[in-house]
Amino acid sequence: MLVVLLVSSPLVFALAIAGDLDVTTGTVVAGAAPLVYATLGETITEKAGVVNLSLDGSLLLSAMAGFGAAYTSGNVIVGFLAAAAASALVALIIAYAGIELRLNQIAVGFVLFLLTTKLSALLGEPFVRQPGPAVPKLEIPLLADIPFLGRALFQHNLSVYGSIVLIAVTYWFFYRTRPGLEMQAVGERPETAFARGISVRWSRYFYTGLGGALVGIGGAAFSLDQKFGWSEGHVRNFGWIALAIVIFGGWHPIRVALGCYLFGALQVVALKLQPVFPGLSQVLPILPFPTMILTLVVINRPGFRALGDRFASLRNFLASEPPAALGTNFEQQ
Amino acid sequence: MSAARNRAEIRGMVIAVLGATVVVALLLLALGANPWEAFKLLVEGSLGSKAKLSSTLLVWVPLVIASASLVITYSAGLWNIGVEGQIVMGAIFATWAARTIPGPGWVVIIAGIVAGVVGGIIWGLLVGVLKTHGGVNEIFGGLGLFFVSLGLTTYLVIGPWSREGVASTSGTDLFARDVWFPKIGSLEISWLSLLLAAASIIGVYILMRGTIYGLRLKAIGHNMQSSARLGIPSNRYMLSAFAAAGGLAGLAGTTQAMAFHHKLVPSISGGFGFLGILVVLLAGFRAGPVAPLAFFFAALSVGSSQLELRLDLDSSVGGVIQGVLVLFVLLAAGWQRRRAELRAVAAEAEGGT
Repeated sequence: MLVVLLVSSPLVFALAIAGDLDVTTGTVVAGAAPLVYATLGETITEKAGVVNLSLDGSLLLSAMAGFGAAYTSGNVIVGFLAAAAASALVALIIAYAGIELRLNQIAVGFVLFLLTTKLSALLGEPFVRQPGPAVPKLEIPLLADIPFLGRALFQHNLSVYGSIVLIAVTYWFFYRTRPGLEMQAVGERPETAFARGISVRWSRYFYTGLGGALVGIGGAAFSLDQKFGWSEGHVRNFGWIALAIVIFGGWHPIRVALGCYLFGALQVVALKLQPVFPGLSQVLPILPFPTMILTLVVINRPGFRALGDRFASLRNFLASEPPAALGTNFEQQ
Repeated sequence: MSAARNRAEIRGMVIAVLGATVVVALLLLALGANPWEAFKLLVEGSLGSKAKLSSTLLVWVPLVIASASLVITYSAGLWNIGVEGQIVMGAIFATWAARTIPGPGWVVIIAGIVAGVVGGIIWGLLVGVLKTHGGVNEIFGGLGLFFVSLGLTTYLVIGPWSREGVASTSGTDLFARDVWFPKIGSLEISWLSLLLAAASIIGVYILMRGTIYGLRLKAIGHNMQSSARLGIPSNRYMLSAFAAAGGLAGLAGTTQAMAFHHKLVPSISGGFGFLGILVVLLAGFRAGPVAPLAFFFAALSVGSSQLELRLDLDSSVGGVIQGVLVLFVLLAAGWQRRRAELRAVAAEAEGGT
């Protein structure tokens, strides 16, 4: 949290002097929407104990598939469905390799990252730089007229609203529902979960597939909404950024989402400052990575851990331990 | 027993390769290309003439050095995905030497090699220190540092090292002709690059097969807790593995800068670190099969540019074939092992009753 504050205070200042704060906030919320889908999808997958390292390729493949399907059918919804299906399929291969074949999830995920990256380039060729459909704008009546909040939150489209709703739903599911707690048990102590009668196997399949589908929706949210269209390597590196944000966010949905908005704000600031510091926009996209490393170092300090013990109500929010069984394969007796 | 298991392993490999071939052939058919013609063009495009063979070797050199580097870290059970960043850092340091060190060509070349190796070592050690002392997993520390090195390259190329008057991302000025690695006749490939590549892979092979150091590294990779109990200082060994691997990756970066591009460009690593991970996965983390497998992968990469010219297919075909192949081999190996395990369990249960 310390790092979040340290990084965000000059950012808020920079945003404030950059212009209308409500418009800027709106830009950040909309721009971060695809990342919100992708990071929360990966958070769900990892909470169940499976790591999907293919994210960077999965996002590319689903961005391509989403745009391609929407372009061919003329229907944006078909695009989102195709993207979700493509990315879920990739995730399920990792789940199968880990659950049934006991293969290393990192190895399979990495191979799939390279494979899907190249596949997106090969299969996406017909759609390169074609004009195509996009998610239509949808103002929410009444709410859109609220001063400040209206422009910041309620003058977007369904793709962006969905991302905001997803944050709340994921939080509620994780900490307020029984299946959510069971899912975390599968990722923390699979033996115990199994002894309690939870099927570790099927819940891992389910949440890996679900997480993959959300990553796919994130891909389509890029190519059909935030970064219109397709070209080779269109959303390259956003998958790695998403993986970094999941760690930065300590597998906590709200903190993960904050990480996405922080990154979105960084990008807006870079854009506004470009006339003053040319070259900054080239270097800024790498900022999440040193920030992630720094965060990891800080949260591994004993002092930071003590902080979580001191403020019990914040423990979930401050905790930064990965799910205990992350990336391991469970042998069902 | 072991002969039967070997036979099963080979059968699994054959099934995997056939399966991958069928999948790729179907994919090519779906894209409207004749698979047979595509495979023919792949071979012709990478081995068909002296010049093409030289282009393939030009890719083989950094790929085999990067793979050799990865064998070291994998042996210690480390996922050095940051290898890509260590290549970039090597190239940056080599470029610095090539631009600033005065003296005759061969002095600068040697200085460039040393600088490149040092750059890689620094970047590799940083990943290691973050892991052993900062608690940062090497996958994410390595990736983070890779992106930092990319940012640094872009900054250098459009900033302090930009070409006279133009700040473009097409790279720095070409190095002076006499600091290029010496080439073989009129071919693009340099004998010095080939020598360094051969030395790297042979060196790693001997290190892992014939030295106590390699044995201990493998012990750590196999089971860190029991090696610690045996008195092997695992942190120090892990750091040395990162340093050695980083040095080799830096060497790969040096060849990219001084023998291929002859300048620093933003995409200097060529993706050979990531591709090297596939090579090493396919080689089962052993040094022995790395050289031929890397050659095969290099041929696929170079040959697929022919597909772009002749069949109007995107040159990513080569990468798709590499990915499908490694995925199938991994899955087939896992499937074989799993079946053997289940059979053993079943046999035991039968014997028990």
